[in-house]
Amino acid sequence: MLWNNTYNEFIKILAKPRSYIGLAALTLLILIILFAMKADGRMYISFVTASFEQTLSFNGNILNGNLIAFIILQMLIVHIPLLVALVTGDLLSGEAAMGTLRMLLTKPISRSQVVFSKLIAAAVYTFILVIWLGFLALVVGRWVFGTGDLIVLNSDGLVILNYQDILWRYGLAFLVAYLALMTIATLSIAFSAFADNSIGPIVSTMAVIILFTIIGTLDVSVFDHVKPWLFTTHMASWRSFFSDPVPWAAIWDSIWILLAHNILFVAVAVFKFKRKDITS
Amino acid sequence: MEQQAIIEVKGLQKSFGSFEAVKNVSFTVNKGDVFGFLGPNGAGKSTTMRCMLSLIKPNAGDIRIFEKNLFEERNAILAKVGSIVEKPDFYKYLSALKNLEIFARVSGAQVSQKDIYETLDFVGLLGREKDRVGGFSHGMRQRLGIAQTLLHQPELIILDEPTTGLDPQGIVEVRDLILRLKNEQNKTVILSSHQLAEIELVANRMVIINKGQTIIEGSVAELMNAQETLLHIELAQNSQGAAALIQEILPQVKVQVSSPKTLELNIEKKRISNLNNKLVQAGFEVVALEPKRKLEDFFIQMTQA
Repeated sequence: MLWNNTYNEFIKILAKPRSYIGLAALTLLILIILFAMKADGRMYISFVTASFEQTLSFNGNILNGNLIAFIILQMLIVHIPLLVALVTGDLLSGEAAMGTLRMLLTKPISRSQVVFSKLIAAAVYTFILVIWLGFLALVVGRWVFGTGDLIVLNSDGLVILNYQDILWRYGLAFLVAYLALMTIATLSIAFSAFADNSIGPIVSTMAVIILFTIIGTLDVSVFDHVKPWLFTTHMASWRSFFSDPVPWAAIWDSIWILLAHNILFVAVAVFKFKRKDITS
Repeated sequence: MEQQAIIEVKGLQKSFGSFEAVKNVSFTVNKGDVFGFLGPNGAGKSTTMRCMLSLIKPNAGDIRIFEKNLFEERNAILAKVGSIVEKPDFYKYLSALKNLEIFARVSGAQVSQKDIYETLDFVGLLGREKDRVGGFSHGMRQRLGIAQTLLHQPELIILDEPTTGLDPQGIVEVRDLILRLKNEQNKTVILSSHQLAEIELVANRMVIINKGQTIIEGSVAELMNAQETLLHIELAQNSQGAAALIQEILPQVKVQVSSPKTLELNIEKKRISNLNNKLVQAGFEVVALEPKRKLEDFFIQMTQA
């Protein structure tokens, strides 16, 4: 029954126009960034490298596909949660609003199975979004701008990564970014279990992200004990793969914390949904 | 012969906050019944139906369907139940066929494409299966709702207001469909409707609930016959003689001469045929004998009591 309903969920996601908004928006944004970089990327790069030109000399293709992919990831990772929540926040509450949840729950399928089938569909949708982001950023970026060493400006300074030492970093970075986006997906599904309308869970998810991000960036000691446990603190941990050496311990910490949030949000969704009176 | 109980609802209670939607509802539905589930708006019908389909968890009471506890063996029970609660809602962006495929996949039965097309034909939607449900009229959605109810050949069918939004032809078709399900397939049907005349035509048993409580339950015929009905008698000759005869036979009944050839009196339905015989034997030519009381009157009397 779980797989039958998961198959149903894929059919619904494929047929819903809003599912394509995320992919279309992502494509458009990346194409705009690629166009802007192609048109005026040298100026952008020289602005960043200007402070190092006294001590370093840069040769070769600095404005390459690897750097473009990094810039795109940096720019879009803030906006992609909204695109994810747009679809996943609607999975339970959207059906409640349509009345189809009432129809579905009169069938011999358990409520846990309903949540898990939607979770699987959300995971696949989010994965497709990340793969599409990776394809456009890295594959199209490399095709348009060619390849080369990656120069990353970190808080510690400038990191230069050999072009042969980059792909595995992107691969793992996309996996961790995927886990971070799944945290958004599970959070919005948890909100979705409480609501009977589509907009509430989407807005609530974004509100939590904004609130936690603000807490994370406030330089106030009272929040120092909280910050390491906020999932938003670990949303950008994919970036750590572009440090040298790679801070594995910090990355694993982020992975565990993100996984714990995923489990917590799914548990909340199942707990609430199993006890919910379907009055819509 | 002992009737096999398909549904037994006992002492059902459900509150939403401080509001008691269902206070004490009990009834039994037997195998093969077309069971009318009646009550005015806000009586607790929908809440009770939702409890019977495990959409709402009651605060107290017991629901046994197919001799199993609903909340312990929910999936096994729902695999044998087809239902429409409130109104049929579908994925508007999908076609009728895709919608039925989706519900068939989670029905717990093997439903083939042939079964789906046959059901569409049964409800008169064959030829429209590729159309998006968003473009369907209310009546077409009702038909599609009935189709999804029947897809997996359920033993028990729960229909909440199935004729709402249907044209007169559609109402007759749904009525015929319910009678066919009962007579040809021995299905058990629970039917809630505000169209009391429809219930009277198809149901053999019924329950009336009001303010969250069971008011009366039983066979439609027995309940109606046990109550007094307003009998309208039309005669070929002057009605004064007939009035005197009736008064003699039934001294406790008040007979009213409503026109020179017509009489009206309140009488139990089961005594009408005997009264007719007596009038005919006494030489009166009875042109028409019409019980005026219908389920509507009974319903109003019960719910206003």
